[in-house]
Amino acid sequence: MPELTVGQAINNALSRILKEYPNSFIAGEDIGIYGGAFGVTEGLLKTFGEERIKDTPIAEDAIAGLAVGAAMTDSKPIVEMQFSDFIVNAMDPIVNQAAKLHFMYGGAVNVPIVVRGASGAGTGAAAQHSQSLESWFCHVPGLKVVTPSNPQNAYDLLLHSFVDPNPVIFMEHKLIYKIKDNVVLNDIPSSSELLGKANIESKGNDITIVSYSNMVNVVKDAISSDELSGISIELIDLQTLSPMDMETVITSVSKTKKLLVCQEAPANSSVGSTVISNVVQSSTFSSLSSAPKLISGLHSPMPSAKHLETTVIPQKEDIIKVIKDMV
Amino acid sequence: MALIKDTQLELHRMMMLIRLFEEALEEMFSRGLLHGTMHLSIGQEATAAGACLALDKKDLITSTHRGHGHCLGKGAEPYKMFAELLGREDGYCRGRGGSMHIADLSNGNLGANGIVAGSLTISVGAALSFQLQKKENIVLCFFGDGAVNEGSFHEALNLASLWNLPVLFLCENNQYGMSMASEKAVAGESIASRGKSYGIESIQIDGNDVEAVYESVSTCKDEILSNKRPKFIEAVTYRYRGHSKSDRNLYRTSEEINFWKDEKDPIKRYIGKLLEQGITEVDLKKIDEEVKQTIRTSVKKALDSPLSPITNLEEDSYA
Repeated sequence: MPELTVGQAINNALSRILKEYPNSFIAGEDIGIYGGAFGVTEGLLKTFGEERIKDTPIAEDAIAGLAVGAAMTDSKPIVEMQFSDFIVNAMDPIVNQAAKLHFMYGGAVNVPIVVRGASGAGTGAAAQHSQSLESWFCHVPGLKVVTPSNPQNAYDLLLHSFVDPNPVIFMEHKLIYKIKDNVVLNDIPSSSELLGKANIESKGNDITIVSYSNMVNVVKDAISSDELSGISIELIDLQTLSPMDMETVITSVSKTKKLLVCQEAPANSSVGSTVISNVVQSSTFSSLSSAPKLISGLHSPMPSAKHLETTVIPQKEDIIKVIKDMV
Repeated sequence: MALIKDTQLELHRMMMLIRLFEEALEEMFSRGLLHGTMHLSIGQEATAAGACLALDKKDLITSTHRGHGHCLGKGAEPYKMFAELLGREDGYCRGRGGSMHIADLSNGNLGANGIVAGSLTISVGAALSFQLQKKENIVLCFFGDGAVNEGSFHEALNLASLWNLPVLFLCENNQYGMSMASEKAVAGESIASRGKSYGIESIQIDGNDVEAVYESVSTCKDEILSNKRPKFIEAVTYRYRGHSKSDRNLYRTSEEINFWKDEKDPIKRYIGKLLEQGITEVDLKKIDEEVKQTIRTSVKKALDSPLSPITNLEEDSYA
């Protein structure tokens, strides 16, 4: 079992896909000789050649659009948005085309594409290179949205996203790329059963914390703090944001009677507000012993200065304080 | 190059089918039978018929919001198209797409698209598949003059040229993007010159001359496959009807519309040419009667067919 960073785990998954699926290819900006802005595609050009590792001009609309057309004609594209902020330039092919065609054409076509992108803040890259736009895509029927948090689920979720017959938005938080762990290099599955399934990171009875992407790691850091010793915390990593595994969340909340959601994205119309809305509308609502709480990023563009950036993004200390208040 | 008689009659038949199909839709619309709007290509039939009939079944097309002609040209069944517009289960998209979103993959139609320029990059992706799969076919991408000012038009042409993709960009320049005259909207020399600026060999043709369209597309297809380069055609044409059903034609004169109807109509012109070349009125009448009969029986069958059942539409959103 090799020890891999998230970046290497994704690289392994891509390599495996390219090896086993001759109709697959990857396309994106600087993914060839440069190896990707975050090094994720390093070495793939050498192994698989220019025909299948397609370095593109800076043209996100075309990158996503060509993926749609290729997927409709028996190819299996995985395309990269160098920073997920740039996906804004590709909204038409993703939202109006990829997400709609299966439904709109009465089920006659599938659009199995994976659009990967580096998301999130913490690197001082400022407002146009730090966003967490995942909830935009959760709002669109026809898309699936996946957010890994560690090397193992990054590897597995990418393989499952690849075999899913639907368009998948795969958001890789920049701060997880360097996280290292042992990874079981599972085979490419025949179906995408992992999508739509949350992972219970740790079991507990006093409070349920729901999170996703890198914020799972911040929460893990918080709950290992001495200040919270004696509090039994159940931490759920959603992994897939659309479709969302509410069954796991509601089962947990029924047990702990308390719900805290932690996310880096701002709160308005967000993943966290959807989790809370679903819990409040469920029969579990009456068993809650206190109001559910959402810790989120501030409703502000991401500033570049470190002290301002950490003001916008929820920090370990913020999470510890809220948990102590709630329990 | 003189076309053989069968091809000529087939071109005439297809233009008649497209026109009568859309006239039947207009009639159904005025009777209140259709929900939603539609974009009619009456006056533009030569481009759709000429281009599609020059392709093989395995060549692909991507189409536009004004796509009934492309769809019929590529071999779609009028019955299933009427059924689609009427929200019937037998419709191409089971009532989920309607006028603007008919796809017919069995005949190589990747689908009509409601987003102007939305299919440009899709055609590039499909052409990339052909290249990777080493198939000897092309993708013909239909779009209108309105599309050439969208960013994705430029991204698509750039990539197709860079990667030597087997795609034929075919601009149906009907001279108006809704109300916006293309001469007020398109900077530079011409639409065709935009293809050239990406290193793509580009020509401008009379889009109301069905044989000119047929022959240009045939030649382009051969050259795309032998030279491994994309091509670009600007076909100049004209739509008689409004942009959609809400259009009051405030942006152009009735003289202008009548000029195109009287002097440039693609069907009228072609009938004149065929009669000059010795095809008889009897030959043409026989075709016209067959087309009328097809339309009549297709409309009736569609009206008699069951509505699309209300299924779990949330589940239908995913494959």
